Amino acid sequence: MIVNLLNKLGDLVLYYMNQAGRMGIFLVLVFINIFKLPYYKITHITRQIYSIGALSIFVIIFTGLFTGMVIGLQGYNTLRKFGSEGLLGSAVALSLIRELGPVLTALMVTGRAGSAICAEIGIMRNSEQLDALECMAIDPHKYVIAPKFIASIISLPLLTAIFNVIGILGGYIIGVGLMGSNAGSFFASMYKDVEFTDVNMGIIKSLCFGLIIVWICSSKGYFVHLERKGGFGAEGVSRVTTNAVVLTSVAILVFDYIITSLMI
Amino acid sequence: MTQEPIIQLVNVRKHFGSQEVLKGVNLSIFTGQTTVIVGESGQGKSLITKHILGLVKPDSGSVLVYGKDINTIKRKELNEIRSRFGVLFQNAALFDSMTVFDNVALPLRERTKASEKDIAATVNEKLKLMELEGSNDKYPAQLSGGMRKRVGLARALVLNPEIVFFDEPTTGLDIALSNEMYRVFYRTQTKLGYTAFIVSHDVPKIFKLADNVALINDGIIEESLSPEDFQTSENPVVKKFVEKTMGHIYESLEVEG
Repeated sequence: MIVNLLNKLGDLVLYYMNQAGRMGIFLVLVFINIFKLPYYKITHITRQIYSIGALSIFVIIFTGLFTGMVIGLQGYNTLRKFGSEGLLGSAVALSLIRELGPVLTALMVTGRAGSAICAEIGIMRNSEQLDALECMAIDPHKYVIAPKFIASIISLPLLTAIFNVIGILGGYIIGVGLMGSNAGSFFASMYKDVEFTDVNMGIIKSLCFGLIIVWICSSKGYFVHLERKGGFGAEGVSRVTTNAVVLTSVAILVFDYIITSLMI
Repeated sequence: MTQEPIIQLVNVRKHFGSQEVLKGVNLSIFTGQTTVIVGESGQGKSLITKHILGLVKPDSGSVLVYGKDINTIKRKELNEIRSRFGVLFQNAALFDSMTVFDNVALPLRERTKASEKDIAATVNEKLKLMELEGSNDKYPAQLSGGMRKRVGLARALVLNPEIVFFDEPTTGLDIALSNEMYRVFYRTQTKLGYTAFIVSHDVPKIFKLADNVALINDGIIEESLSPEDFQTSENPVVKKFVEKTMGHIYESLEVEG
């Protein structure tokens, strides 16, 4: 029985090490292909930016607005206890720019575009479309995956910027418009306390999250046929898509801590 | 017809988990010929195709295409070899977000420097050969099974390949459509003169097209013979397969016969 248990444990460890190795090689191959000639037609990239970035704008605006509003509400009530309502602007802006903007944007994009990337590539694998590309001497890493990488790395910082601006607007509407905080001190405190390093941290985080989303989601879809529990058919793709979204979300939160601890 | 193998599998072995699917496959495919591989389901027929295409690496043994082992050559060389291949997958493997025209045009757009005007002319010519005129703007989901296969074949032939692989070309088609598929195959092979490798279940009809029939059984190629010799072979495994696939349906008739 103990031997059996050890066998199973060994199998599991080998499987996950194998998977990690596969994903690592996949990442390297995609990066090589990004810079390899021939370069892309611009439509390859713009189509992906539209699908990953532009189609996510509405959900980002919506989430950003309500996140800003709730920070405005909570922040005003907390700061009022210390008589520091004037600092509401910097509280809203700093929490959004440094932390909530990049993280929530990444989580929303994971749910909306990451799942779509994983499912699309998984279906392409299961219906032999990726094999067909290879047989036509067209490298799927270059033709299918690399444009998604470029688009995700471009889109995430832009979506995060939109999230931040809308979030600050939401905080302003609640803090100044509803709760009656002073508009001048809202913007003055923001101007005084937000530094370039804060913006920098937000941008670096969003770039890393963009890479994490597209890496995990596309590699999970790409290797759907090698999944331990079977990656075939609709059920296989749905299972692997769920796994990809969960793994990406966890990875975003873990890397958020790591990047913060390195940059703070 | 020269008797020079264009593709050679030498003692190819492949296992998945604890199951050994290919147990030392030896097979030669000759220039200009049509080789058909038959065998019961799950014997590894499609797996052999994937080995030749370089999509799966063998555990041991070698796959020689144009005299080169495709598992040891560089990616660039492999791509050069693949650009001389055309593949019709079992489910056609069309890109479902692209129209018929874009599907067929894809290899030309990505592999050649042809202008859009030349691409359109080539694609339309191939679609005409498949009797698919007027389907340019349709999506794969709007096509019938037979049409999808013909679009898949048009895409496989668009770069005028030297070797064309057919993975179960008539599976899922009714008798009329599968006959139509065979007519398309005959017409295109006569016109373009490619070497064909067909994986099929459709015995005995497929024998009419074959120059060579290979039977895979229990992970090895049992025999590779001309269709006539295959049907009269004394090899017990081949004999059993022939009886099973071409014999009487009713037991009483078998006894009477």
